[in-house]
Amino acid sequence: MRIDIKEIKGELLLRISELSENNVFSCYQCGRCSAGCPSAGSMDLLPNQVMNLLQLGKVDKVLSSKTIWVCAACFTCSVRCPKGIDIARVMEAARVLVLRENIDYTKIPPPEVETLPAIALVSNFRKLTA
Amino acid sequence: MRLAYYPGCTLKTTAKSFEDSALKSLSLLDIELEEIPRWNCCGTVYSLASDNIMFQLAPIRNLIRVLEMGEHRVIVLCSMCYNTLKRANLLVRRDKETLDKINEFAYLEETKYDGSVEVVHLLEILKEIPDKIKEKVKSPLEGLKVAPYYGCLLVRPKEAAIDDAENPTIMNPIIESLGAEPVYFPYSVECCGSYQTVSNKELVVQRTYEIVSSAYNNHAGLILTSCPLCQFNLDRRQKEVMEAHPDFHPLPVLYFTQLMAYGFGLSEDATRFDLNYIDPKGVLK
Repeated sequence: MRIDIKEIKGELLLRISELSENNVFSCYQCGRCSAGCPSAGSMDLLPNQVMNLLQLGKVDKVLSSKTIWVCAACFTCSVRCPKGIDIARVMEAARVLVLRENIDYTKIPPPEVETLPAIALVSNFRKLTA
Repeated sequence: MRLAYYPGCTLKTTAKSFEDSALKSLSLLDIELEEIPRWNCCGTVYSLASDNIMFQLAPIRNLIRVLEMGEHRVIVLCSMCYNTLKRANLLVRRDKETLDKINEFAYLEETKYDGSVEVVHLLEILKEIPDKIKEKVKSPLEGLKVAPYYGCLLVRPKEAAIDDAENPTIMNPIIESLGAEPVYFPYSVECCGSYQTVSNKELVVQRTYEIVSSAYNNHAGLILTSCPLCQFNLDRRQKEVMEAHPDFHPLPVLYFTQLMAYGFGLSEDATRFDLNYIDPKGVLK
């Protein structure tokens, strides 16, 4: 399969690199991010697969994944990446691109609200709503 | 010693046990925490998207309040507040343009921010005075094994870390000063699931099961933390864990200041064990 470089370096990928201030092309697919990710079991794409898809210009596959909403930005991948990529910021860039289309990714069951601490509610809204 | 202190919203509500135990036990160590006037929510999470400068305003405003007190250092207890204030501060220190933008936007503030405040976590102060802590202990907590849980934001990312990202030990001197024994457990820096507790509770229940079980299997009698969200998840979510896993052994999850207050022999209005879901009194006797 041949992929045209123009297909890869599209508008969305440019936005990801601007928002995250990271270069996805420096990833060499060692898989350390996926090996250490505590949420990998709940993800449909592993963190290294997210990086790989971005390298191939398949940004839409990443934006429609469950993975970017499961990631809680714990920075385990970011501190372990041998190439110094802040993967948590790449995930945030992907979330932000979706959220800015005015789509919210949280539903709070009403009886739960009263039991949840402020810190949980505020961070949840900050991360999962536009 | 008087220190400027940023509490954050949760220390005034569900984590009141953190604040009460800290203020009362610190005063025995001759440390008085003076609350910043007119503080506001820090935003709880540091904004990771490069153009989200608006979200840096809340933490920076709090640092302006510190300057207005005539202070250049602020003590934070909550891990999430610490991380957010610390990283916003580092951002404006290295990025003059962003600092100028924030100052221009906050033009109604009488004080301009200049990046000069140091954001410090309470553990960084306490690690310097283990002997002083030891002096104040009423009855040493002999035989008690304690699992220090750091979670994410005290030790990651590197620019905000107060200790090693993989093997932090900064709570150990405090635990040892109280006469207890710190135990290593492999989940001490594993994320508890954080805010996923709101809309993806099952994920946090599973994580709580793994983290608490790991501490138990390493013979810990209780878990210590400094994050109100980790405390909520690891403590309250044990209810669901107990329903789902009959083999599960519950463990109390305390703020490190609660254990300190207990070691100092302070009463219930300082230890505030009434706010813990898993009662620590079974382990502490």
